[in-house]
Amino acid sequence: MNVLIMQVALFVAQSFLAIAMLFCTYRMAVGPRAQDRVLALDGLYVCAMLQLLAFGVRTGNTLYFEAALIIGMLGFVATVALAKFLMRGEVIE
Amino acid sequence: MSVAYAEVPLWAAILSAAFILLGATLALIGAFGLARLGSFYDRIHAPTLATSWGAGGMVMGSMIFFTAAAARPVIHEILIGVFVTVTTPVTLMMLGRAAIYRDRSDNNPGIPPIVKSDRPSETDENRADA
Amino acid sequence: MRAILPYPLLAAGLAFMWLALSGFTPGHAILAVLVAIGASNALRALGEASPRIRRFAAITELFGIVLYDIVRSNFAVARIILSGKRYQRNSGFILVPIRLTNPSALAVLSIVLTSTPGTAWLDYNSARGTLLIHVFDLVDEATWIDLIANRYERLLLEIFE
Repeated sequence: MNVLIMQVALFVAQSFLAIAMLFCTYRMAVGPRAQDRVLALDGLYVCAMLQLLAFGVRTGNTLYFEAALIIGMLGFVATVALAKFLMRGEVIE
Repeated sequence: MSVAYAEVPLWAAILSAAFILLGATLALIGAFGLARLGSFYDRIHAPTLATSWGAGGMVMGSMIFFTAAAARPVIHEILIGVFVTVTTPVTLMMLGRAAIYRDRSDNNPGIPPIVKSDRPSETDENRADA
Repeated sequence: MRAILPYPLLAAGLAFMWLALSGFTPGHAILAVLVAIGASNALRALGEASPRIRRFAAITELFGIVLYDIVRSNFAVARIILSGKRYQRNSGFILVPIRLTNPSALAVLSIVLTSTPGTAWLDYNSARGTLLIHVFDLVDEATWIDLIANRYERLLLEIFE
């Protein structure tokens, strides 16, 4: 019974997160401006991180947690760098 | 470290499943808002659903599950929650500032004007120049 | 005490993070303390003053309020997104006067405003003490200014200044 509950919940959660990643990808592809794409990338890596957490619970393996942490850190640095580029990249100072 | 599902008691399974579903649902609603809302400044609110209770729910669910499965407190997931909470303001603030800056330089309508700083030192410098 | 531990809160956080990542064992506890002391001393080179916390009781109060607000605004924003075009909503920018000047207090306020869906911190002008935020569901400007001043800023002033 408890196995069934967890399996169903994780299946639904992972499907939801996959659809969420598709929405983010759509926004990243459509734009319309560069800041929208960077914002969508930010949402995409958060969803990917949550997806990995769900994988960790599904397999009962704590190694996925470390992968999720690394995705979170790299995504943060990437978004900050891209936002900085949007601020400074088009101005010749 | 792998755990067997059958060892997890029923109450923990239900609680953990509920938190995981709540987190995933909020992340989905946030991403839906990101895809659907009309302007950039509206869209900037959408991912905070995923980073506040979306991440919080998944982290709580995972913590409850592993604590019940290992029969000892497993709390390292809380680091992800803390990390996401602390970094989101930085990314969104920088993105928002970049967007405002770009909109101002393009003269888009509906953007608040620059508030001129009125520090005495700056006005003194201006006077000295004049 | 300050000579060994210039940033006690940071050191405690680092030690906790080390233990959470590598397991709560006596050996790792010793390593965690060493790493925390070394890393927080390395940060002394940046020359930032350590935040002084005046009232610890206000921290729990602020934490409770923020947790409640995050849950409430999560559901509010989720409802607005799902209700689609039927819900007449106008979002907008507001300029909020801020009395806080302490950098740590401002950092905590930015985390609070960003984690509660519906408000986004955009720009802070330190010379004027004004804060530009974007509100998702803007009904009345005065309510928001009042909310930030009385709900969060009052407690932050008690904690940090």
